[in-house]
Amino acid sequence: MHGKKITAAVVAGLLGLGLAACGQGAGSTSTQKPADGGRGPLTFASGKFEAEATQKIVDTWNAAHPNEKVTSVLLPESADEQRRKLIQNAQTKSDAFDVLLIDAVWTGEFAANRWADELTGPRFDVAGFLPPSVETGKYRGKLYAMPLFTGTGLLYYREDLVKQPPKTWDEMKKICAEVLPKQKGMSCYGGQFDKYEGLTVNFAEAVNSAGGQFPEVSSESAKQAARFLADGFTSGMIPKEAVTYKEEEGRVAFQEGKLLFYRNWAYMYEAANKTDGSSKVAGKFDVAPIPGLNGPGAGTLGGNNLALSAFSKHKETAKDFIAFVTSAEQEKAFALINSTPMARASLYEDPELIKKYPYLPALKEGILAAKPRPSAVKYGDVTAAIQESAYAIVSGTKPVDQALAEMQSALGPLLK
Amino acid sequence: MIRTRQNLLGWGMVSPTLVVLALVVFYPLVAAMRESFYTSGQTLDADGFVVEGERFAGAANYAGVLGERFLNATFNTTLFTVVTVAMEVVLGVAMALVMHRAFRGRAFLRASILVPWAVPTAVSGLMWKWIFQADGVANAILGTQILWTADGVWAKLAVIVADVWKTSPFVGLLVLAGLQIIPAEVYEAARVDGASAWQRFWRITLPLVKPALLVAVLFRLMDALRVFDLPYVLIGPRKASVETLSGLIWDEATRVHYGPASAYGTALFVYIAVIAFVFVKLLGADLLSDVRARKKESRDAAA
Repeated sequence: MHGKKITAAVVAGLLGLGLAACGQGAGSTSTQKPADGGRGPLTFASGKFEAEATQKIVDTWNAAHPNEKVTSVLLPESADEQRRKLIQNAQTKSDAFDVLLIDAVWTGEFAANRWADELTGPRFDVAGFLPPSVETGKYRGKLYAMPLFTGTGLLYYREDLVKQPPKTWDEMKKICAEVLPKQKGMSCYGGQFDKYEGLTVNFAEAVNSAGGQFPEVSSESAKQAARFLADGFTSGMIPKEAVTYKEEEGRVAFQEGKLLFYRNWAYMYEAANKTDGSSKVAGKFDVAPIPGLNGPGAGTLGGNNLALSAFSKHKETAKDFIAFVTSAEQEKAFALINSTPMARASLYEDPELIKKYPYLPALKEGILAAKPRPSAVKYGDVTAAIQESAYAIVSGTKPVDQALAEMQSALGPLLK
Repeated sequence: MIRTRQNLLGWGMVSPTLVVLALVVFYPLVAAMRESFYTSGQTLDADGFVVEGERFAGAANYAGVLGERFLNATFNTTLFTVVTVAMEVVLGVAMALVMHRAFRGRAFLRASILVPWAVPTAVSGLMWKWIFQADGVANAILGTQILWTADGVWAKLAVIVADVWKTSPFVGLLVLAGLQIIPAEVYEAARVDGASAWQRFWRITLPLVKPALLVAVLFRLMDALRVFDLPYVLIGPRKASVETLSGLIWDEATRVHYGPASAYGTALFVYIAVIAFVFVKLLGADLLSDVRARKKESRDAAA
């Protein structure tokens, strides 16, 4: 009997432990200055994908601040795991991390739970940043995370087959009707339609590109956006396997020449241009801002920002470090090593960087037109509700009107 | 006097074990059950900050237990458990019989049968995902264009196939251990008496291997009822066709709904405990069956 009791207890127990930790509700954060003036060494919870560039910046800082050295700790690769790790730390009030790299959509949750401190003062001047990316760092109008990375969806298209990239969905369909009959095994358009965060991104992009707006998803524009996706799947404009696509599955399909148009983030530009034989379309594609219903579309904003942990013991140093990392000089040094798009506007005009990343002008245009995902303290619930109905729309299991009505009633109380 | 002292000594010596058990087993269990009656972090104050502290919620967190999503997850969990355990028992016994035979290359065969069990579940999930993707091996071999990893009935099948592939060797291994202690004389005697191969399997092998087999089935039941990783990696979270109870609990906990997560966790615990109890009562799976019982059985069977 013991064996399985333990087994079962562990299931319940793992939960229990996590809960016990968070159960002891937080007291108010202490505001008084510690004896060391809030200065001292720091730990920076950073991303794996940008590890090399981050380390370079950290090394530069450490060389200039021998008494306030920063250690970079890499968070897990998947966004869900990153969030879980940061939340666990916050719930135990751990000072293990001082500066946090948080996803653009977590700002509300971290601010409202008092896990991150508001960033005020001249160190956090956001004038030089792309305005949409600054918005992602704000909660109720106050800045809680300093913009660092940004980005939005780009339309990758086959330059060898398409003369002029489409500005609207109808133009895109027209180009497909001309080009596809001569291409074997090629579909018109692809995006990320598996049931995960990418679906929220793609669905929000369609709604915003049709002139709709969250949370009013039963509006006529939102319906047209949903029909663009639903009809796309039934007519074969979007291949039916796209319902299993995340970024990488679709990238592979595009690289194999199975897609004429594909929506993805900027990171794919480098990968699809590799000339080691992994990509059949190297040198044969270009990028453009995504199309919309009646004109250029509005992409969904991605990105990561820097937040100050409310439980840090060295907040003054941490604020200096955040300002340092997001300075124009360091963001450029970062961009020269890593292709993740940065939030500073000046970098999109920098000739050296444009030479390295030819897509920057198109990306800037996209970011300026882009819209953030609905901001909410319980973003997890919001995105789950969007995915639930959007997945029914793309997989054709529910009529568009019904799915949107359900999404509307689920989002209503969450986004009020 | 001596007796009391010995008693005290005895308690003294087992107490570390009891303390560890209390800490590792009972504390988390009680903490989770307590949490299932509380709610926290679900309301905002006027300035947009989360209201701190927790408040008693009564049975509100358990409301979802009657909801469509929980019932669907219960159905999926039960279906996966029944189907996979049944298939694994059949395949596992077959594997054990093959592994038990003496022939050249037996060691190699044993090792290769055990490979799936040695692969971490998350890794095997990724591997099967690659097999089952739209332009993957499965569709190429079958000549089909099924979207196995999309939400739907095919996803159920994909999970079952991957799970059976992975855990049949486990059943095989335990059954093999059971086979190895059946004395050869028993078979000899049966052969002398003119029993056919089928009779020998049905009347001797199966009854004698039963204790080991029941342990294997019980372990697999416990495992299958709390399956999480395979559907999560292979198909993805929050897909109704493969969402299991553990998957549902994980999802609620990730979205910081600790109250409902604990309530579902408690419900799953009760479910598993009931199944285990019924299994032990009905099939008399005497987990502490010792050599005595086994010797007696083998004597009976031989007689």
